[in-house]
Amino acid sequence: MSEVSLQIDGREVAASDDMTILGAAKSAGIAIPTVCHHEKLKPFGGCRLCTVEAEDGGRTTLVAACVYPVQPGLVVRTRSQQIDKIRKVLTEQLLAYAPESEVLKTLAKEYHADKDRFAIEPSFCILCGLCVRYCAEIKQKNAVGFVDRGPTREINFIPEIAARECWDCKECFPLCPTSALQAAYVLMKSLAPVPSSERECEKPAQTNSVPGRNQNNTLFAANGGNKTPLQANAKG
Amino acid sequence: MINSPTELEQLRQEILAKRNSEKARISVCAGASCLAMGARKVIDGFNAEIEKDGLKNDVNIKGTGCPGFCERGPIVVIDPEQICYLQVTAQDVAEIVSETITKKKVLDRLLYSDPATNEKAIREADIPFYRHQERNIIGNNIKIDPKCIDDYLALGGYSALTKALFQMTSEQVVEEVKKSGLRGRGGGGFPTGIKWDAARKAPGNTKYVIVNADEGDPGAFMDRAVLEGNPHSILEGLIIGAYAIGCHEGYMYVRQEYPLALENVGVAIKQAQEYGFLGRNILGSNFDFDIKVHRGAGAFVCGEETALLLSLEGKPGEPRSRPPYPATSGLWGKPTNINNVETWANVPLIINNGADWFNQFGTARSKGTKIFSLVGKIRNTGLVEVPMGATLRDIIYKIGDGIPGGKKFKAIQTGGPAGGCIPEEHLDIAVDFDELIKAGAIMGSGGMIVMDEDTCMVDIARYFLNFLTQESCGKCSPCREGVKQMHRILTNITEGRGKEGDIELLEELAMSTSSASLCALGKNAPNPVLSTIRYFRHEYETHIKEKRCPSYTCQGLVSYYIDPAKCDACRICARECSSQAIIGGKNLIHIVDQAKCNSCGTCFEVCPTKFGAVIRISGASVPAAIPEEMRIVVRPKHVPKRPQQKENAI
Repeated sequence: MSEVSLQIDGREVAASDDMTILGAAKSAGIAIPTVCHHEKLKPFGGCRLCTVEAEDGGRTTLVAACVYPVQPGLVVRTRSQQIDKIRKVLTEQLLAYAPESEVLKTLAKEYHADKDRFAIEPSFCILCGLCVRYCAEIKQKNAVGFVDRGPTREINFIPEIAARECWDCKECFPLCPTSALQAAYVLMKSLAPVPSSERECEKPAQTNSVPGRNQNNTLFAANGGNKTPLQANAKG
Repeated sequence: MINSPTELEQLRQEILAKRNSEKARISVCAGASCLAMGARKVIDGFNAEIEKDGLKNDVNIKGTGCPGFCERGPIVVIDPEQICYLQVTAQDVAEIVSETITKKKVLDRLLYSDPATNEKAIREADIPFYRHQERNIIGNNIKIDPKCIDDYLALGGYSALTKALFQMTSEQVVEEVKKSGLRGRGGGGFPTGIKWDAARKAPGNTKYVIVNADEGDPGAFMDRAVLEGNPHSILEGLIIGAYAIGCHEGYMYVRQEYPLALENVGVAIKQAQEYGFLGRNILGSNFDFDIKVHRGAGAFVCGEETALLLSLEGKPGEPRSRPPYPATSGLWGKPTNINNVETWANVPLIINNGADWFNQFGTARSKGTKIFSLVGKIRNTGLVEVPMGATLRDIIYKIGDGIPGGKKFKAIQTGGPAGGCIPEEHLDIAVDFDELIKAGAIMGSGGMIVMDEDTCMVDIARYFLNFLTQESCGKCSPCREGVKQMHRILTNITEGRGKEGDIELLEELAMSTSSASLCALGKNAPNPVLSTIRYFRHEYETHIKEKRCPSYTCQGLVSYYIDPAKCDACRICARECSSQAIIGGKNLIHIVDQAKCNSCGTCFEVCPTKFGAVIRISGASVPAAIPEEMRIVVRPKHVPKRPQQKENAI
């Protein structure tokens, strides 16, 4: 492992060559915003809020700082008009799912994001994958995973594994950047015994889908299975 | 099993000697499109007819790969005269055998006839569709039965492999490919030789080569034609690449939706193994290499190389960030080289003919030929192979023969769903990797969709964004959310809910999506939106401000009205209306019940031209229906004879 020298926001920064831009910046005390990053987990590059400008040999590209490896002579800018614009739009897009998330509210303040810019679809889940990756990489249980792709992607607990592993763990709850209740709720749904009388008519409940995503903007509060519909504040 | 280049040449001479003794060869395109049009029956018909006439030993009949003129399939070529018959049916077979094969007489009615001059063309090369092409890759398709390796050998197949293995070092092969200037045909356009070099120089003993045959662009079928029609050309390129890079294992990632391609590739690999082109000690060169086929499970994003690699490993097909590039860390973390089908198929040509030969085709920075699938509102639908740098105008008008139905050209969409739309004023640009990007589109893998004046450009952008929304893997938020939000805005605009500021919001979303997305799908996804805003901004504005769709495409913005002065009460529209929205009866002027009408436009299409009573309205209010008491059609009195007699009788 050798040492690499690069420039971040005009400062010369020394880093080891296995570091990412994010790691190097952190070690130099330069903050780059992240949502899907966790130091115990492998870099994911999903939320893209850590997008920065990287200039290499005169060519400037926008890269995700959490996954981009440092290179000697790399010139990094963590703020610019364009970067701020990107972070503003990305924050606004995520706020549509979790308008009350403290992490997102802080970002909104910094980048002047309007939480009402896009129609609210409060699923609480912004698909950062922290729970999924923590369960896979640290706990090695794979009790929670992504299901489907694109606009219908969601997180799901696999009941067979969750019933065995999740009662005494719940370590993914505090990782959730939007609301620990979200993971809790999905887990509860997955583990709740279905009364035999409802088994037939409540088929959709057994799919453990994230509430709000597929249910006509009707959201169920996650207080121990007490299903209180909250009308989503749909806009536009 | 062939053990040396000499043995291969001997075998080739034997095959050629046998071919020369044949009196005639009948080649019927057995590509997916011609098969759908009844080519199988034509082939069976020829076999039966030849058997019946006792010509079995003199005539060779085969189902071949696709020559590209899909518009006029099934296609039959008769050699040695090279007579090209189009739209052949099973009913034509007997006559072809008795006249053309036996009496050497050409059947005029099956020849290509120039729509302008009515002049007939006998040979493939005389047909304008083919004449303006440079068919280095697909030109051989019609000469090859893809399930018969001897056909490929008869055309000099696997001679590039022997040249590479016995006359060139692996380094020389890489250098030759570098010198040729070949760039990746899958859409990235990365120089192939440089990619090979990186994989070759990457440390490690285990390396992989992969054929990306996950062609997923709607309306694109270039790779399909090569996979189905000439699979050995891909295999030969791949084996040469493996030798150059120094690896012994390869994969072909073929999409599940191409059953014929999977079948033909499977047969080709088996034959290549039997002949000794794959396996241990290939042709006695001490070089070992073998191939496995992997079937893709239907995700568009798996055409992206990092997603393809993870899918091959059995993981969800989601792209990962680069670097590290597959050349250093690819399949199972080993150095890996992935190229598209067409890129691999170019390799034997480069090795056989040399880089300088390849270099003569193309522009300064894009060399060689490129296959495009020309579809949409175009007379000659099909596969078109032209040198890089051909103009869009030549492709559309000289090869494609222009727009059917007397309509006006509006735009051509290049590069698949994440490509861009190019208008009339840019038709003279040279089609290569860099010029298309300058025009706001991309080369992509070679899809070309022609649109005429009846196409709404906002609706087209909505259509492609809908595809991309569904196919985004959802891993990174700029793509997952950005494409979805853009699609939502476009849907609103096309349904009459557009508002001031929508265009600016689209541009802002396009910026964040293209700048911050993880892979090329997200980075290019805004192209359909940005290119249509760039060239057809006025269409967006009329949709938003006037709630009007200029091409009467967007159902939410179009109403239909029947002109009472023209309606003849013929009841055709009322019968065809799927919503039962037309009120009328015998001798009663018809009206459209606007509450029931879903603006499908059927009434407009079926109203006889002599009446032309159905009117399309967009951006204006619909006149009130004519009052019920005024709906009776007064026709000139016409008194039939019989009743008159009856009257007299009374």
